[in-house]
Amino acid sequence: MPSTPYVANKPKDIPTAEALRARIPGWGVDLDPKDRPSYPQEVFDPAGTGAHWDYPEEQQGGENRERSIEHGQLTPVFGTSVPLKGVSGSIRRYAYRYSEARAAHWLLLLAGDRVDAWGSHLVSIAKLRPDNPITETGVLSEGRRHGIASRFGKRRVDVNHQWLDPIVVGGPWVAATAGAVLVARAIRRRGRG
Amino acid sequence: MKAMVYRGPYKIRVEEKPMPRIEHPNDAIIRVTTAAICGSDLHLYHGLMPDTRVGTTFGHEFIGVVEEVGPSVQNLKRGDRVMVPFNVYCGSCYFCARGLYSNCHNVNPNATAVGGIYGYSHTTGGYDGGQAEFVRVPFADVGPTIIPDWMDSEDAVLLTDALATGYFGAQLGGIVEGDTVVVFGAGPVGLYAAKSAWLMGAGRVLVIDHLEYRLEKARTFAHAETFNFGEYDDIVVEMKRTTDFLGADVVIDAVGAEADGNFLQHVTGTKLKLQGGSPIALNWAIDAVRKGGTVSVVGAYGPIFSAVKFGDALNKGLTLRMNQTPVKRQWPRLFDHIRNGYLKPNDIVTHRIPLEDIAEGYHMFSAKLDNCIKPLIIANPS
Repeated sequence: MPSTPYVANKPKDIPTAEALRARIPGWGVDLDPKDRPSYPQEVFDPAGTGAHWDYPEEQQGGENRERSIEHGQLTPVFGTSVPLKGVSGSIRRYAYRYSEARAAHWLLLLAGDRVDAWGSHLVSIAKLRPDNPITETGVLSEGRRHGIASRFGKRRVDVNHQWLDPIVVGGPWVAATAGAVLVARAIRRRGRG
Repeated sequence: MKAMVYRGPYKIRVEEKPMPRIEHPNDAIIRVTTAAICGSDLHLYHGLMPDTRVGTTFGHEFIGVVEEVGPSVQNLKRGDRVMVPFNVYCGSCYFCARGLYSNCHNVNPNATAVGGIYGYSHTTGGYDGGQAEFVRVPFADVGPTIIPDWMDSEDAVLLTDALATGYFGAQLGGIVEGDTVVVFGAGPVGLYAAKSAWLMGAGRVLVIDHLEYRLEKARTFAHAETFNFGEYDDIVVEMKRTTDFLGADVVIDAVGAEADGNFLQHVTGTKLKLQGGSPIALNWAIDAVRKGGTVSVVGAYGPIFSAVKFGDALNKGLTLRMNQTPVKRQWPRLFDHIRNGYLKPNDIVTHRIPLEDIAEGYHMFSAKLDNCIKPLIIANPS
């Protein structure tokens, strides 16, 4: 007989409910799809959330807070972990001119992230508390957590790209250093000429 | 206070930061006892999530003790042991009133397409997370719940995201008795989704990954059949073969943005950040499910476009269901399941790491060293 999709009703080769119940603790306790916590997805129950307001009191200090232009207003509550600042802050603020529907919004935010990271590393050097790539990348766990034994002989498919990670982290710095050296040489040559 | 701080892609450190303060009348300050590193924290750690600012503290899975409450807080008091859902939500907006707590419109000014999440970039609202000694928790009367006396602390922290998300992922699949359920990813969420599929009456549960130690856990913890996709030329064909060429009734993507299995997709998605994540697992899910079947997506993806095989989804008549988990909706039922012995969440915890060593914890988890499945962070030993 042809296999299942080619006929209407070939029975599946699965154990009985009794067998599954005996083997797997709790099998079928949520059997009824209509008796599950997220069914249906939308249940109108504003009294059941614990909120004792129709609209929350507004958090103070949001005057210059960046927001998506898809919002009609600043949300009444917002995070304050890292306010915009510096060059990366300007890039990010510019990104918020575009809606979430625009690639420019997200690509500018990613650009701001990279500028933020590079700038923060430079500032850490200037403040004489430079970032420590050994401790901050946690790379010492390679020795303590069996880096070689965990990776090789295990048929892991991610080994084929993990070599890229140090390039992603250190590559821009190597490129920037090389660029600075080339610029310095060019300036020196011009000075001699 | 001490807190984990992001310094740029692949770099974090523990720093002294100012104590969080009450910024809204319904805020609470929580002294964190235990936090966890989530697989989705790795998207931030790898620089994949737009608007992740240097200085941010990650961590959306945490429990702790109430240190201070704002003047309008009615349900919590100093000294209460609480578990905090990863969603920051108001409880009163259009979406919260309908149970869509993960889609709250009143807490994230930076984006309308995602709600508020602790420690998950400014794209989710700019809130610091719980991988710290203390954390600000907005809407203390809405999200946090007092941890029942009988509940293990590690189970409580796993309920704040991973377990609730796995269980929610199985629900999104609309599983009916006898269904064949395929789960892509044997990380914490995938393991919990596989386990939950049985509770909903699955007839077969198959888990796919490339890490043998995680597949071993899928066999012992989740009673699943397992497949190492690295051993097959084409895992989709293998799924067809093992389902008599029908395809699975339900497929759950519990991998998300950093999926392996296709070098080009992985490099463009996660190394070069040219996609909102590598959609390999999602594409495999679309192709492995049967026509008319359901794909449930609880693996996290970034907001940028990804190269998803949408034509296949259309032509197969699939139902695609997905969301960030409205965590607190899952809790009453999951509390019952834990108490009845159907679920033992902390069976998957492999590492317990002091906050001071969190950089090594991230690297270990990211590089999948030492058979790591779920690392917990001990912020304030209780």
